[in-house]
Amino acid sequence: MIQPVLQVQNLHTCFFTDRGEVPAVDGVSLMVNPGEVLGIVGESGCGKSVTSLSVLKLIPEPPGKITGGSILFKGRDLVPLKEREMRSIRGDSISMIFQEPMTSLNPLFTVGDQIGEAVRLHRGLRRKEARRHTVEMLRKVGIPRPEAVLDEYPHQLSGGMRQRVMIAMAISCNPELLIADEPTTALDVTIQAQILDLIRRLNEENGTAVMLITHDLGVVAEMCHRVVVMYAGKVVEEGAVCDIFKNPLHPYTQGLIQSVPRMNEQRSRLFSIPGNVPVLYADMKGCRFADRCPSAMSLCLERLPELREYGAAHSCRCWIHETQEDAV
Amino acid sequence: MSEFENRRELEPEHLLQIDHLKKYFPVKSGPFRKGDQYVKAVDDISFSVRRGETFGLVGESGCGKSTTGRALLRLIEPTAGRVVFEGEDITALPAKQLRKKRKDMQIVFQDPFSSLDPRHTVRRILEEPLLVHGIGSAQERQNIVNKLIDVVGLTQSHLQRYPHQFSGGQRQRIGIARALSLQPKLIVADEPVSALDVSIQSQVVNLLQDLQGEFGLTYIFIAHDLSVVKHICDRVAVMYLGRIVEIASTAQLYESPQHPYTIALLSAVPEPDPDLKRERILLQGEVPSPVHTPVGCAFHTRCPVAVDICRAKRPELTETDNGHQTACHLFSATFFGRKSHLAKSGL
Repeated sequence: MIQPVLQVQNLHTCFFTDRGEVPAVDGVSLMVNPGEVLGIVGESGCGKSVTSLSVLKLIPEPPGKITGGSILFKGRDLVPLKEREMRSIRGDSISMIFQEPMTSLNPLFTVGDQIGEAVRLHRGLRRKEARRHTVEMLRKVGIPRPEAVLDEYPHQLSGGMRQRVMIAMAISCNPELLIADEPTTALDVTIQAQILDLIRRLNEENGTAVMLITHDLGVVAEMCHRVVVMYAGKVVEEGAVCDIFKNPLHPYTQGLIQSVPRMNEQRSRLFSIPGNVPVLYADMKGCRFADRCPSAMSLCLERLPELREYGAAHSCRCWIHETQEDAV
Repeated sequence: MSEFENRRELEPEHLLQIDHLKKYFPVKSGPFRKGDQYVKAVDDISFSVRRGETFGLVGESGCGKSTTGRALLRLIEPTAGRVVFEGEDITALPAKQLRKKRKDMQIVFQDPFSSLDPRHTVRRILEEPLLVHGIGSAQERQNIVNKLIDVVGLTQSHLQRYPHQFSGGQRQRIGIARALSLQPKLIVADEPVSALDVSIQSQVVNLLQDLQGEFGLTYIFIAHDLSVVKHICDRVAVMYLGRIVEIASTAQLYESPQHPYTIALLSAVPEPDPDLKRERILLQGEVPSPVHTPVGCAFHTRCPVAVDICRAKRPELTETDNGHQTACHLFSATFFGRKSHLAKSGL
């Protein structure tokens, strides 16, 4: 069996606020295999971004804290690592692309300085070598006239260009895992198509494993091999991309897929999930989705179902399937 | 040309007609210089909106769709052009009369977080338009507000609360209720669902459709999400760099798009279907600066099929098919040898 690049086991990340403990990530387990694109989908507040930040231990502490579980990167647990050790991993073997390229680039440094920083730090390259490497990276991500862009500041670039710079920075040390947190949400569709194409090429050509966090089911369908659906801090369904779209098991996944308007069909009304995402607090009882679920039973309000496998690598956290199985 | 315009003006089914609307913003290039350069946010566009329809304005950021929405309500003053609402040219109206006219035309904003006053209760927010226009007694206003909050799917207990106590979807409902409070005929919805989650987005889209049926509203729906536009709109105009490149009924536009930009835009939308493998047209480069718009067709710098004439002459929006208008030299009558065909249809 191949060792997964990343294996997150029973991860708990909490935020300790004035209003009490918020379990933003509540026992999440997932893994990313080598060369795979794993999608994490869910609505705002479901814990998908906190999961990705936890992997790189970028959760601001306080108020946040990883309170349990393990994050195995190629078999090595990252949770007990010291900040200094994490630094040698970040940007080297695991790197990250953020949603908002304007706020994640430093406005006071040129693009070249920022991209070159990673290789100078991790690979010990000299200034001149780093510069040559940076030009190569910029060319790789499709930036026109890379030698000139190198000496420009982030504000001189457009949104799509900035996101390319972010990607150039992320791949400059040829990472084994790339975490992309909503990489195209702030971009226009035609630019989004360019960036997705770039990420796909990196995955196919370099075999970089990608963890893609998004709320856009269209992006998931196009990019990912496997999908993890999150709701209120928990994984509710996990499976191959085709299984998730063709045969979604969890009522939330079903609702989510149905509520997206499609280009290739016309419906008079959109399906919608009633209600809102619940506010999280410690010691919640029952299924998190129960109050919005069309097929909720009394059991759902009392006890939380387990994430269970219902087919080849397709698992779901729902009582409906468990009770059906018992009946059979 | 003018004959055509006159004919259109007489048609009662048109609630709104935009003629050669322009909005230029001066670029200040130094402390003592200004006004020698302009951002052509909206650059000579014309279209009309029928009563009771949902007219979509789509395009990427910076294409001028929001500016169009605001300029036609005169929330920002247009630089040139006419906006005819129910037969009356509102670009010429003095401020006092314009304010009265605004009762009939309202707007719903994109960001439900910044468009509601955080210091006012929902009741106050919904009552304000009524107060401004001096409608009803205190009791009547209260009844109207109570009704409004029901109509958008919230309860009366929500009226005492402040905006920060609501989720994004609920705030957007409040924004819609506020727009409805004066019983307008036209609502400009500027990216009303872009900031919302998928499951909440569909709730708000459904609400907008229900309200349209109930109150006979006409919508101008501004969005960048092409799948939502397809779902809600009857006709769609595609904008690029301040110009309309194509106008058609939703069915025409999505089934047989004509302008190369529209074709590329539609092909770029990711579909939630993993089996679907499409030929994607990846547009190279980015949108040029609206200060230095390219000579000729604004799209020619990224157009995969551009020819010489595209770099020299700006294409006019011309009718190519029953109500389908495209601004592209490649689709103009002469290029495809369609001249005879189009001549027969009276053009």
